[in-house]
Amino acid sequence: MNFDSVAARTETAAPGLPPMAPKMSIRKLDFFYGNFQGLKDINMDVAQRHVTAFIGPSGCGKSTLLRTLNRMYSLYPGQRAVGEILLDGENILAPGVDINMLRAKVGMVFQKPTPFPMSIYDNIAFGVSLYEQMSQRQMDERVEWALTKAAMWNEAKDKLKQSGMALSGGQQQRLCIARAVAVKPEVLLLDEPTSALDPISTAKIEELITELKEDYTIAIVTHNMQQAARVSDFTAYMYLGELIEFGATDELFLKPKRKETEDYITGRFG
Amino acid sequence: MRRRQRQPAWTEQMNEHTHKQFDAEMEAIRSGVLAMGGLVETQLARAIAVLGDSEADGTMDHVGADERQINQMQVTIDQQCSQIIAKRQPAAIDLRMILTITKIVNDLERIGDEVKKIAYKAVQTRGSDQLTKVRRHDVARAAAHAQEMLQVALDVFARLDAAAAAEVIDRDEEIDAAFHAILRQLISYMMEDPRTITAALEIVFIAKSIERIGDHAKNIAEAVVQVVMGKDVRHASAEQIRAEVAEE
Repeated sequence: MNFDSVAARTETAAPGLPPMAPKMSIRKLDFFYGNFQGLKDINMDVAQRHVTAFIGPSGCGKSTLLRTLNRMYSLYPGQRAVGEILLDGENILAPGVDINMLRAKVGMVFQKPTPFPMSIYDNIAFGVSLYEQMSQRQMDERVEWALTKAAMWNEAKDKLKQSGMALSGGQQQRLCIARAVAVKPEVLLLDEPTSALDPISTAKIEELITELKEDYTIAIVTHNMQQAARVSDFTAYMYLGELIEFGATDELFLKPKRKETEDYITGRFG
Repeated sequence: MRRRQRQPAWTEQMNEHTHKQFDAEMEAIRSGVLAMGGLVETQLARAIAVLGDSEADGTMDHVGADERQINQMQVTIDQQCSQIIAKRQPAAIDLRMILTITKIVNDLERIGDEVKKIAYKAVQTRGSDQLTKVRRHDVARAAAHAQEMLQVALDVFARLDAAAAAEVIDRDEEIDAAFHAILRQLISYMMEDPRTITAALEIVFIAKSIERIGDHAKNIAEAVVQVVMGKDVRHASAEQIRAEVAEE
């Protein structure tokens, strides 16, 4: 499905929405783990300043797809992507792309909170200092800004020197989001960001996602279908490495076009 | 009237849920709706028998008891729907089905109310003058028409047959036409002989209730289209619905 049809449908469904430019365009993407093909001919767009969710059963390729969006896979030998992923029109799969700069633009938060074994302050400052030179005062401001964005500032402002590892799971995950936001990326990739969290922390992160999409383009992989329904604007249903259905979330959860999607979201799968 | 066996089409059209209990709960609700529909049909048949001057004893007792049971069924089914929404967070077709069922039981309950009114007026006007007697037969024919329409609407629900829903909507137009014809005739009688006004008004009320039953049966059919196709056809014509179904 191309982006035009998604945007056109959304406009008819919700007049008043601004026209949605694609931030990332995935074209004819195949992905291989050695000989195994993990993704088959994926074509879709990730709309700018909106949330796109990827859902599907385990092993369907949704995390794989997310990991291609900032070339996380290239850490592993034997994994390769074929096709095009355009970030603002530029193919990030092309040889010669600076992967560190790409990951500064396309940040990622993982399923399990992964704070560095250092203070809350340094967790955030560390990444920023890799990309930008700034004074102590500027850095203080950046840390406060990132923690505020991640809805963490009030909880963390009195213990910035304490270890990030001492925070609760939900706080650790919001710290990781603050860390990802701190380098001012354009796209945020969230790989099951709440699957290890309690319901209240989950609600806080979902609320955060809704706030962050004002400034960032967000792609989220989730096993929790209701979460996809709650936070996303567009949803992609994947199965066995293929994109089965991609459309406006409001439509997909009420009247999906494909029976496979209907079976999955209503709990009739396998 | 002997009711046709309504085979639930639910399990034939859809795969089972991974949670088998979810299927069992959905099926219990659907069966409840069909049982409620069956009871409304029985109640309507009793009222029609009285309209046709049957001397059925205790009709009002039966119709009243039916109506109370119908009300209770509505409450029970609505409660089951609320519980399934709270527990299972149904999506897509399951959600459309649950939302639709809450509408359908509302329509069935309202039909029950109309039937009670019809039966009451029918008993009241039984054995009155010749005019009333003749008109009662006209009205009984319209009521039999509404009865068929309700039967088709319930079959449409049982089989989730969106194509047949258009048929119900056509029939509603026929009932509306019959109502207006009865009304015109009664107005002529009333103008010619004001002594007939009291009796004629009773018949008008009965005819209006029948016309309302047609409207509720139509609502049920439209609700089924919403389940099957995910499209709201509440203000569409029968032709538009046929076109939508054909497109699907």
